[in-house]
Amino acid sequence: MADTPQPDDSAKNRRRRSLAIALALGAFALLFYAVTIIKLGPAVLDRPL
Amino acid sequence: MAYADHRQEVGLGAEGARVSDYLTLLKPRVMSLVVFTALVGLLLAPGGVHPVIAITAILAIAVGAGAAGALNMVFDADIDAMMSRTAHRPIPRGRIEPAEALGFGLVLAVFSVTTMALLVNWTAAALLAFTIFFYVVVYTLWLKRRTPQNIVIGGAAGALPPMIGWAVVTGSVSIEAWVMFLIIFMWTPPHFWALALFKQSDYAAARVPMLPNIAGDAATGTQIVLYSVVLALVGLAPVGIGMAGLAYGVVAAVLGLWFVALAVRLRQVDDPRARRALARRLFGFSMVYLFAIFLALLADHLLPIVSAGGA
Repeated sequence: MADTPQPDDSAKNRRRRSLAIALALGAFALLFYAVTIIKLGPAVLDRPL
Repeated sequence: MAYADHRQEVGLGAEGARVSDYLTLLKPRVMSLVVFTALVGLLLAPGGVHPVIAITAILAIAVGAGAAGALNMVFDADIDAMMSRTAHRPIPRGRIEPAEALGFGLVLAVFSVTTMALLVNWTAAALLAFTIFFYVVVYTLWLKRRTPQNIVIGGAAGALPPMIGWAVVTGSVSIEAWVMFLIIFMWTPPHFWALALFKQSDYAAARVPMLPNIAGDAATGTQIVLYSVVLALVGLAPVGIGMAGLAYGVVAAVLGLWFVALAVRLRQVDDPRARRALARRLFGFSMVYLFAIFLALLADHLLPIVSAGGA
């Protein structure tokens, strides 16, 4: 099979999978942040400390 | 060859899995149709939502559909390995372990439903959860291997996305959402029976009781004609309830008549090879039909808004 992964590819594939998970989690966190701001309004940042 | 032997022969374990293998688990082609019909439901619904909420909802629906696809591939891996159409999928090819795909699907299902509930609304989240449950448990685990009515009942899962899109905006479900549901629900049997007619040997090898294998080609042809007629009529329902105008009605009528004409020709043909060719044609047309009918619904809804905005 031409596209059969070789042992050398294992580390590369694992790194790419990890990167994909990291990107997905990062995007997920950003999404929650954006929607929180939209739902609560920008005033959520404007409060006395 | 037994499924375990097949996996051992081709198997490389999860170390060889690429990101693209995981994306394949999400059934991207099915997902694209789900996203499109959900988007139409969302855009047709009265009122509006913030664009970021709309994008979030569509993302949650896409990921939820992908999760359902991945879980389906876990439980169908043994029969997928026996069918030419599905033998290249990541689990039967040994690229991803079933347990990993199960974890992947479950995590995505939980994330998509939770996201929908927390960021959009609970009605849309409940509908999304029900859709995933229906596709994985009711269709894949229960009906698919037991009855030739598998795709008739199971079709409800594929018909729910526009209803979810509608609920994203309105927080509820109304007659318009049910009409969009019915269009896809009535479309599913002729679509999959056409596929089953030209992939009959595949389904026989996998012992999946599709209608042509159980009732024969003629009976399947009759059922396809009956469902096509009902589909053509349901396609006109948006005009009947005032959801769409005459322009949509003309498009739906032409598409519906075309569908019925192809179905009748399929029913009449005797030569097995010609029947397979016609079934393939009807299968291809059915995809064009569904895309076109939802596009027409969207155009009918948006064009007056665009022209009023330009005036």
